[in-house]
Amino acid sequence: MSIKVRYFASLKEITGRAEYQLDFSKSVTVKEIWYQANKDKTLPDNILAAVNMEYVSFDHRVNDGDEVAFFPPVTGG
Amino acid sequence: MEIKILAESFDPWQEIKQYQNSAKEIKGKVGATSIFVGTMRDFNEGDTVKGMMLEHYPRMTEKQLANIIEEVMQKWQIIDALVVHRVGNIFPDDPIVLVAVWSSHRGDAFDSSRYIMEALKTKAPFWKKELLASDDERWVGKNSDGY
Repeated sequence: MSIKVRYFASLKEITGRAEYQLDFSKSVTVKEIWYQANKDKTLPDNILAAVNMEYVSFDHRVNDGDEVAFFPPVTGG
Repeated sequence: MEIKILAESFDPWQEIKQYQNSAKEIKGKVGATSIFVGTMRDFNEGDTVKGMMLEHYPRMTEKQLANIIEEVMQKWQIIDALVVHRVGNIFPDDPIVLVAVWSSHRGDAFDSSRYIMEALKTKAPFWKKELLASDDERWVGKNSDGY
């Protein structure tokens, strides 16, 4: 299955990427996607995750075609 | 209800006037309008800040703001709401955010507009990067306390 991975704000700078596709042969969680994409980077404590633009926990299991985003705490307003 | 994400500077008072004039269905029903305008300060955490870049997650931002307004409409008696938020490069005194709520009574207007603002601060995916007087850049790590 194919997953679109996106990073925003400081995470885009840390990972050096804004978005890309990742392919998996089996079902995976959001946390597994982070480690697959960032083998040398521990998941930072305060990072948030969204799947298809809704907040999810890192144990959330993704489906084919999902968009998974990682970003730091939001600071708008 | 309207949500606007703008890449250009905006005049909040003009936005309110324009929205009120176009929202014919609210006429005669409104007894209270609560307005919050957030503008950019030229200082933060002891440093002078000369500019800011506001990034957002297009479509998720609008989705989360719509969820917040939907939640508010379940909780309070709201007639209408308008949220406008800037993205891109901004400078001190520029408006960043406008939250306007129209209701029949002041309690609903005050409480719901406050709720929208606080929820926006924790759920709407916007991020600020400050440009300091020293020309260093710094991501804002967290919001200041709202209460």
